[in-house]
Amino acid sequence: MRRTTITAAVAVLALTTGCGAADMTKQASPFANAQGAKTVTLSVQSWVGAQSNVAVAQYLLEHELGYRVDTVQVDEVPAWDALSQGRVDAILEDWGHPDQEKRYVDDKKTIAHGGDLGVTGHIGWYVPTYLVEQHPDITDWKNLNKYAPLFRTAESGGKGQLMDGSPSYVTNDKALVTNLKLDYQVVFAGSEAAQITQIKQFAKEKKPFLTYWYAPQWLFKKVPMTEVTLPPYKDGCDADPKKITCAYPHTPLQKYLNAGFAHDGGRAAAFLKKFKWTTEDQNEVSLLIADKKLSPQEAAKQWVDSHPSTWKAWLS
Amino acid sequence: MATVTAAAPRIALPGFLRRPAARKLVLLALAAAVLVPLAAARWASGSWPHALTVDLSGPLTSAGDWVIDHRDSHPLFLYFFGYISNAVVLSVRVVYLALLAAGWAGVTAVGALVAWRVAGVRLALGTAAAFVVCGLLGMWVPTMQTLALMVVAVFASVVVGVLLGLAAGLSDRLDRALRPVLDTMQVLPAFAYLLPVVLVFGIGVPAAVLATVVYAAPPMARLTALGLRGADPEVLEAVESLGATGRQRLVTARIPLARKELLLGLNQTIMMALSMAVIASVIGAGGLGDRVYQALASVDVGAALAAGIPIVLLAVVLDRVTGAAGEKLGEGHRDLRPWAYGVPVAVAAALAARLAGRLDWPSGWVLNIAEPVNRAVDWMTAHLYSGVPYIGGTADWAGHFTTWVLDPVRSGLQWLPWWSVLLIVAALAWLIGTWRTALTAVLAMAAIGVLGVWEPSLDTLSQVLAAVAVTLVLGFATGIAAARSDRFERALRPVLDVFQTMPQFVYLIPVVALFGVGRAPAVAAAVVYALPAVVRITAQGLRQVDPAALESSRSLGATGRQQLWQVQLPLARPALLLAVNQGVVLVLAVVIIGGLVGGGALGYDVTFGLAQGDLATGLVAGAAIVCLGLVLDRVTQPTERRARKGA
Repeated sequence: MRRTTITAAVAVLALTTGCGAADMTKQASPFANAQGAKTVTLSVQSWVGAQSNVAVAQYLLEHELGYRVDTVQVDEVPAWDALSQGRVDAILEDWGHPDQEKRYVDDKKTIAHGGDLGVTGHIGWYVPTYLVEQHPDITDWKNLNKYAPLFRTAESGGKGQLMDGSPSYVTNDKALVTNLKLDYQVVFAGSEAAQITQIKQFAKEKKPFLTYWYAPQWLFKKVPMTEVTLPPYKDGCDADPKKITCAYPHTPLQKYLNAGFAHDGGRAAAFLKKFKWTTEDQNEVSLLIADKKLSPQEAAKQWVDSHPSTWKAWLS
Repeated sequence: MATVTAAAPRIALPGFLRRPAARKLVLLALAAAVLVPLAAARWASGSWPHALTVDLSGPLTSAGDWVIDHRDSHPLFLYFFGYISNAVVLSVRVVYLALLAAGWAGVTAVGALVAWRVAGVRLALGTAAAFVVCGLLGMWVPTMQTLALMVVAVFASVVVGVLLGLAAGLSDRLDRALRPVLDTMQVLPAFAYLLPVVLVFGIGVPAAVLATVVYAAPPMARLTALGLRGADPEVLEAVESLGATGRQRLVTARIPLARKELLLGLNQTIMMALSMAVIASVIGAGGLGDRVYQALASVDVGAALAAGIPIVLLAVVLDRVTGAAGEKLGEGHRDLRPWAYGVPVAVAAALAARLAGRLDWPSGWVLNIAEPVNRAVDWMTAHLYSGVPYIGGTADWAGHFTTWVLDPVRSGLQWLPWWSVLLIVAALAWLIGTWRTALTAVLAMAAIGVLGVWEPSLDTLSQVLAAVAVTLVLGFATGIAAARSDRFERALRPVLDVFQTMPQFVYLIPVVALFGVGRAPAVAAAVVYALPAVVRITAQGLRQVDPAALESSRSLGATGRQQLWQVQLPLARPALLLAVNQGVVLVLAVVIIGGLVGGGALGYDVTFGLAQGDLATGLVAGAAIVCLGLVLDRVTQPTERRARKGA
């Protein structure tokens, strides 16, 4: 029977590729739908919160709806592109990409909006809480210059170090440091993994640090951090990234589905559209994965077993 | 200006100076004396002059937008790239389905059978064990995905490589034309061209396979050409005298005679393709690389290692099996009977597992290595990071290394006037090579300035230089030790194998945990990656030193140390130079990985470009890395090797 599936697949693909145009906008992963199973491909971004969404969605799709789930780790902007091509079926946590939204959702209509995730995201500058206990006024940006020597490292060239994370994240920090005339140097950790590792090392020794960070995030449970207040966010104050002087907004995180999948995806698509949980739920799973080092599947199973009422609503 | 400086030797002063090196330097100094004041007065004397840069961000961004907007309508995509993409997806899928259909028992049995016939019983057992370990680590399905990807990528690379190699092997003109192309393909750090491939094909398997082919085809092409050219002229003459046509000669004599080189090429291609399998996970290739990458996101070294081990095992098994196949060549006709016993056994194993309903790896048979590994890493970093008595913690070392080595080198390089950097490059490249080498190097260096990334490129260069220095000190020391003791070399071999094939992503977290975020961990990662090649080449070079020379020095009463310094090292000079060259190229290949741990500069820009789909930043930085690679390669690549390589 497998042999016939292979032959059929070869024949169908040969026919579709052999004659006529090859549509590059409609190509699934070669690993999808193997062995006759219905497959959903989810994109995972590099932060743990995104892993948690995917882990729970994957667990329910596999155990309650009988799908096979493939996951692919992609950065945010390439993930939009992959979504429009159908290489992945859904992004479960988007932090706001207006350019991509306009291009793919409004103009090309290859991506469909999948509703709120239920979690609100916020980016900001954070210092460890043990530092705030020693210097209570450190949480106001106006006092940051006074404390710059505390944050000096080998990489910051005599200034204070403001640690930024992955190149894929939304950041205005370089412009903020210049425009607010802060005596700081932005040092890019280059990946969230590197950033978390460094934060943990600092925290272990109770050293001072100032970092770009975001909520919801499981690391707050391990290393308590307090946000530094920047000039308040107003609508449109971040329109020109070069002149920006205000804090980051609070973003209700969104889901997006491939348009074709949203239309013909059956129960999987309906389920992913209804998937909506809270920050606490997400953090619970994230902490199991990142701190207790459970595999995403095990973490998802624990959460699913203890919150039946929440997820039963997504399946109805 | 650069062009003129390097082309100047044409108006040489013959017989003015005895030593060619001195002559070259004097000529260069003369040219510089005329041109530098002009250039400095015309433009500037500090960093690269703004007037000589070209801003490519506008055209690159619109090119990127054009591709995205026309991907679903333009004939170029519908009738060309689309077919390639579909063909790749289709073939990977076919292989993957076949592997799944064979089940774990079938794949293991067939793998062991092939290894047995090609390389003997020991490797057959090793192969079977390797597959079982992949399953035990809970990585069966990702391993099969990677294997499917590899089969297709290696097949495509071999086809492309053999075609290029045939062309270069049969035609001198094509050979000359192809040589710089292949050179460049090999110096290119893989990351630099992921972005354009992704733009055209989107993330996923087709882009990954194509990027792999670019990376893995050159050794096949080079070795094919080498094999064809190296065929014994007497045999060829004999065949010719029998009245064979050109094509008959090729098929019956030249290709069979080149079998050894062809197999070596296959071996190299497989190894390079495997190392690419992990890098390709950044663009969504799936499989083992993706598991490593995902584990990294939750800062889980243990899980990353669990996915990294199968990659190492695949690499070691494939390397040993193809290597053994190469050695066995020409041992006369094979006995076909064992195949007759082996094949039914393999088929029976596959069928048995299938009938028993055990096609997938049984979920209960999984070893969890992640937890103990993480505990070990935590312990190590907790105890070494700081506060170690007397020697200080690793974080302190990293800090000192940054302030005492990296900072001075970087500020020194960035302080140098732009024309003096070009002059230094010209002088070094010309001393070690020909005026052509010098020209290429200077042009590449100038291109970096024109692209407008002079400062970050020099930052990257400073990291590369520091990493190469550390690599060479450690590599030569270890290589000498390995050359002098057989036991040490045997013990070292598996360690080098692991370092060489373990995906770099696995040790990103440990280097950050030990050295903090910044340029120091980037240098550490580069050293780990480049060290094995340097150790191997050094050890091999020292061992190949003529035993007669050693014997005679011993009979003259030289001590071991004297022998090493006065006989072995001088005689092994070509090998040592090759080690330097390889060290430089490999270190540069990890620059991007350095961008992931805070190395900044070009590495960060390339990852930024990939992550944000920003062609302007990513491609320009990628091009600068390529240029830097060319400069470093030319500056460290002795003429003898160039001549030999093309032979």
